[in-house]
Order: sequence, then C-alpha cells, then structure tokens
Amino acid sequence: MSEPVWQRGDLLGVAELSTAEILHVLDTAESFVEVAARPIKKVPTLRGKTVINLFFEPSTRTSSSFEIAEKRLSADNINFSTSSSSLSKGETLLDTARNLEAMAPDLVVIRHAHPRVPHALAERIAAGVINAGDGAHEHPTQALLDAFTIRRRKGRVEGLKIAIVGDVAHSRVVRSNVLCLTRLGADVTVAGPRTMMPEEPESLGARVVYSLEEAIEGADVVMMLRVQLERQARASFPSEREYFEFFGLTAERLRGARDEAIIMHPGPINRGIEIASDVADGPWSVILEQVANGVAVRMAVLYLLAGAKSGADGTMP
Amino acid sequence: MSGSLVIRGGRVVDPTQELDGPADILIEGGRVTACGPATDPPDGVGELDAAGLVVAPGLIDMHVHLREPGQEYKETIETGTLAAAAGGFTAVACMPNTEPVNDDPSLTEFMLKHAERAGWARVYPIAAVSRGLEGRELTEFGAQRRAGAVAVSDDGRPVWSAALMRQALRYARHFDLPVIQHAEELALSGDGVMHEGRFSTRLGVEGIPGAADDVMVSRDLLLTADTGGRYHLAHMSTARSLDLIRAARADGHRVTCEVSAHHLLLTDEDVFDSGLDPNFKMHPPLRSAADREALVGGLADGSIDAIASDHAPHHPDEKELDFVASPNGIIGLETTLSLCLDRLVSQGVIGLARLVELLSTAPARILGVPGGSLAPGSPGDVTLIDLEREVEVDPATFRSRSRNTPFAGWELRGAPAGTVVGGRVIELS
Repeated sequence: MSEPVWQRGDLLGVAELSTAEILHVLDTAESFVEVAARPIKKVPTLRGKTVINLFFEPSTRTSSSFEIAEKRLSADNINFSTSSSSLSKGETLLDTARNLEAMAPDLVVIRHAHPRVPHALAERIAAGVINAGDGAHEHPTQALLDAFTIRRRKGRVEGLKIAIVGDVAHSRVVRSNVLCLTRLGADVTVAGPRTMMPEEPESLGARVVYSLEEAIEGADVVMMLRVQLERQARASFPSEREYFEFFGLTAERLRGARDEAIIMHPGPINRGIEIASDVADGPWSVILEQVANGVAVRMAVLYLLAGAKSGADGTMP
Repeated sequence: MSGSLVIRGGRVVDPTQELDGPADILIEGGRVTACGPATDPPDGVGELDAAGLVVAPGLIDMHVHLREPGQEYKETIETGTLAAAAGGFTAVACMPNTEPVNDDPSLTEFMLKHAERAGWARVYPIAAVSRGLEGRELTEFGAQRRAGAVAVSDDGRPVWSAALMRQALRYARHFDLPVIQHAEELALSGDGVMHEGRFSTRLGVEGIPGAADDVMVSRDLLLTADTGGRYHLAHMSTARSLDLIRAARADGHRVTCEVSAHHLLLTDEDVFDSGLDPNFKMHPPLRSAADREALVGGLADGSIDAIASDHAPHHPDEKELDFVASPNGIIGLETTLSLCLDRLVSQGVIGLARLVELLSTAPARILGVPGGSLAPGSPGDVTLIDLEREVEVDPATFRSRSRNTPFAGWELRGAPAGTVVGGRVIELS
C-alpha cells in the first residue's frame, strides 16, 4: 500500500505544502461542500475532539468560518481572543504553550499579528496547529479556499492567468496565494502602487507590474485585496479617492480581462475604494462563494489534521 | 610581586612594533618594561609559559552593554567583565543605556568602582550624549571625562536631532572625546525588525532599509566636516555607510568606524533560515549578502578601524518571546575572538596582526586609552591566544548571565587562552 498523501499534524503555511498535498486538501473539501446543503448541517467526524481558536488579532470572518467548520464536524470548540483572554502580548511562547497544553486540545487554530508565531507554537505543543494568519506572512486556509473556488468555477487552476492587486507589502493573502496558485500551475501577476510593494517583490514568485490595467489584461481571475485604511497614515497612498481612481476595479477596467473572468476578494470589501459596487455585486463576482467554500475547506483541513494526529480514525461524511 | 610577570616562549604579535615572532614580555609594576629576546627576570617575578601560544596586546571590546545598574537580571559588571576575561578581553567600554542612564559622573564612578572590585577586566564607561538619552540636553562631558568616561554616545538610540549632534561634536572637542553614534533614521526604520530586502518580503516582516543607517551617517558626516569634531560610527552594517566613511576620511575628516562580528558573518538570509529565531534580531539588523561582503572587504583594505561585539545581554525569557516582540541584541564577548580567528584569519581574509589591530590597537587609539601595544611603557595587559584549540560554541558554558547568541553549535578553531591585566594573571573562577 502506498503512503497516504496527508501526514501533517500542522498546517502552518503553503510554503511547506507539496502540490499533491494542496490537491488532496481541495479534493477532500469537495466532499464537505454538500454538508451545508443538508437539513441537519452536522457530521460526527470530530466528535470528542477539542479545538481551541486562539485569536490574538481581531477577526470576524476567519474566526467564524473556523467556528462553523468545527461545529459542523461536531468538535468541541473554545474561542479565546485578546479581549477575553489572559493570554496576552508579553507572555512568553513557552508559557502560552504550557497553558494550552494544560487544556489538552487536539487542535489549535491561531491568528497572530506577528509572523511565525504559529510555527513557534507548533514546535512547543503536541496539539495540531492551524495558522489562521500570522502578520503579513501566511494565511494558508485562505489560499486553499481561493484555489478551491477557482477550480470549482474554472474546472482547473493550471494555465490560468491570475492577477492579484492591492497592498502587496502588507498582505498575508497575497503571499499564500502566490505560493499556492503557482504551485498549481497558474500564471500569477501581482500589482499595486509602488508604495504598497515590498522590496524585491519578484522574490514572492510572481510577475510584478505597477498598473491595474496591465495586471488584468487577459486575466481569467482578478483578485482584489482589501485596502487597509490605516495605511494612509504611513503615506502608502494619499486618499481613497485617488486609490480608486488608479487601482480600483471598475466595470470599464474589467473589459481588459478575459470574458467570463471571475472577481475575487478575501473580504471584507471596501466598496468604492478597491472595488466598485457593480463589480462586487456583478455576475462574475465569486466573493460570497469564497465565504461558503471557506467553511468546506476548513472542515477538510480540520479533518485531515485530526486524522494525522490521532491515527486517522475519522470517518468521511 | 604583584603586577610583575614574565611571559616566556610565545609568538608575540604586536602591530605597533611591526612584531610577529618569538619574544618574551617583562611586566614590572603593572607596565611592560621589556619586549624582546629572553631576558633574565629580576628575582621573585612570576613566569607564564606561553609556548605554542600567541601573545597579543590585551584585546579591548569598545562596544559592550554591561546592564548594571538597573538590569542586573541580564548582566552585571561582575558577570560581564568575567565574560570579557573568558573571551580574551582585558578591557571593555560600556554603553550608557543603563537604568538610570549614565548621564552623570556618579554613574561613571559607580561603574569604575564595581569593575575594580570585580577585577576581571578594565572597564571604560561611555557617557551619554544627552540627559536620559532623550536627545535634548547635553550631559556634562567635562565632568564625565574627569570621572573616567572615554567617549560619549546615546547608543541604543541615535542622536536624532541634527542640532544636538552638531553641538555634541563641537563641545566634545574640548575634551577630545569621540562622539559614538548609533546611526539610525527612526522615521525610516519605523516598525522594522529585520533588513528590508527579499527575505523580509517573503516573510511579510516589516523591514529596516539600509537607507535608515545611511541617511543618518550621511548627515553626521556633514556635521563632522562642519564642526571638526571626532565621529565614531558604531556597528556599521551597510556597504553605502562604508563608502560614506571612506569618502569622509579621504577628505581628511576625523571619522572612525567599527563593525560587529555578526555583521561580518551573518546576513538576512540567516534570519530567514533560522525561522525568525529571536537570537538573530538586533539593531542594526543583519544586512544583505552584498553588504556583508562589502564590510569584509573594508576589513581587509583598512577602511574599517575596529571590530566590537556589541555585547547586548537579554534574559532567556525575553528571547522566548516571538521575533517581533523580543528585544534587540545578542551577546558576543565570549564568541568574537574565536569567530574572527576561524572565519577571518584562518580563511585568509585578514592576517593575525590586522586582527590584533582591529581588536586592540585601534580601539585603544579611538578611545584614547592606554594599551593596544606591548612596547615598553604600555600597560601590562596581554591576551594569550591558542590558534589550534577547537571549540564548539555552547551557551550553557558562558560566563555571561545571558545566553542570546545566534552562534550556538558553531565549531571554531582558535580560542582565547588567558588574559593578563596590569601584570596580574586572570584566573577564571
């Protein structure tokens, strides 16, 4: 018998994943999609498992997506956030880890403002760790759900032209997505104002351009990133009006893309800043599908990791 | 007889006498009285057998944080100077960012008193440029000089105000004190925690551009030219800063610079490969490979005056925080000499005499302190070096109170074999 494709106990970043592992998550997620359509949206897969959601940074979207995924898998889950937890900034990683260990969780989902905190924690605890976003470093489940959404819509990822536009310097979404989509054979371009580009942006592994028009020319997929309004204070851009003028996605600009190009956004969207309302609500927008697929992909990840940690006794739905 | 000693049978390397060969050193009353072929020492003078060892003028680490007073849980004058002795240093210059800040002669006096009581190595306090390191008012340079301070610096922070820097450079001339600058334009370094480049980009980490150093160095060199002051650039990290220093020196200005061993040996790629280990975090950050190569070139061609450790102890609990949250700095007193011997001298980057100049003669000259030479009349401060001894860097064996080093596990050839301070052999406890 051949080795199972998935043997990981942690999901820390796309950087560590092989193409086969990425495809395995996507394939597994397919079987979880229909759970949401059942009258009773629950499977017993993770019954008796404890999942801790540890959010050191405010998050509504990602934390609720994980929470729903956990509940639909029948896991017992507990949420800690910075406001309600004594696990606070200034505590050493070792103390954080010991406190978690004392509660004997099976899986820990962690979001932190600083890069590689989930990786450091994973080295220190026995439970499986899922990175739900570490600073501007990685956000692997976002990239996996994006790839899943593209594949369901387009039937494939390989060979597609994908543009990712916005604050590339400060986006974890762009880093994980470039790694994931290029690994699946897509032709990825990133774009944004020069003030929102990191040093040596080519090292991310994508083509780099500095105009929206050039990025979306002939694109099959256009992914817009959320403009973080507080970045204005760092002189990353002079005004929301000017950003929309030069980097906002409008119906007119979208004409440069391929017919049937899909529009993506990790949310929450800033209408009239990075994307015009008619585009966000238009026929090619898959923004809400991303949200729905996020639950299925996170169920798949939770299922695979719990199986790897416990010796794979979970049953598929 | 205390303070008297003959060191026999070693290979004496002393760039001030252009000496590299067998010689004996006679120390009487704490000072070198003879350096040359074997002589019969006066009766009762102890002998130190240096056969198979290099005998160098005592090494001086001109950039050290001893943390006392105020942060004794990281290091004390006692443990820091013990670490210095274990690392082959006979003297250290200590930075003023203690708690309270060394912005008053009473602090300098306190440090000197504690150093003397400890007795492991000489300590040369560096006084603050500004009260409280706040960058607003000058401290009493004259009173500090009289108390024993050898330089002024706000290290840990830059002297950010151009007006204050200009006055400091002017005023320090009265006392022939170098102004040692931690060159960092804070508006450019911002929230950065590592070098801004391809590796910070891949990690999504806030970067510190090389320009943060270069802009400040450039400003300072203009002010040095303007004032005729004496400027010393601490822990230089970029190729462009080195070019600026070279140009200012060519124009005849009184500028000197130091580099740390870690900036000579590590880069931002090592930060990446470490997985953001807090022991790879310091200011200025480990720079690009091109910067590192330029610094190594500056060592070989003489553009760089000194090597210093920037020994910055932090308690293990502080380095158990994540990379972004953990404090800046690593220790180096007990690793610098072996690193330089193995990675610079053995590799043929520089000769042994040049290393002695970088670690002893030049620091003595820049700080205006005795030492850096074994010529008769010099203080009886000697570092013995075993070029053959192989060591593995093991933080558990450090005499320092802290353990924060990125070099753990490195296997190095060449190590300190003992120190002599004022003719007294330092016996490590």
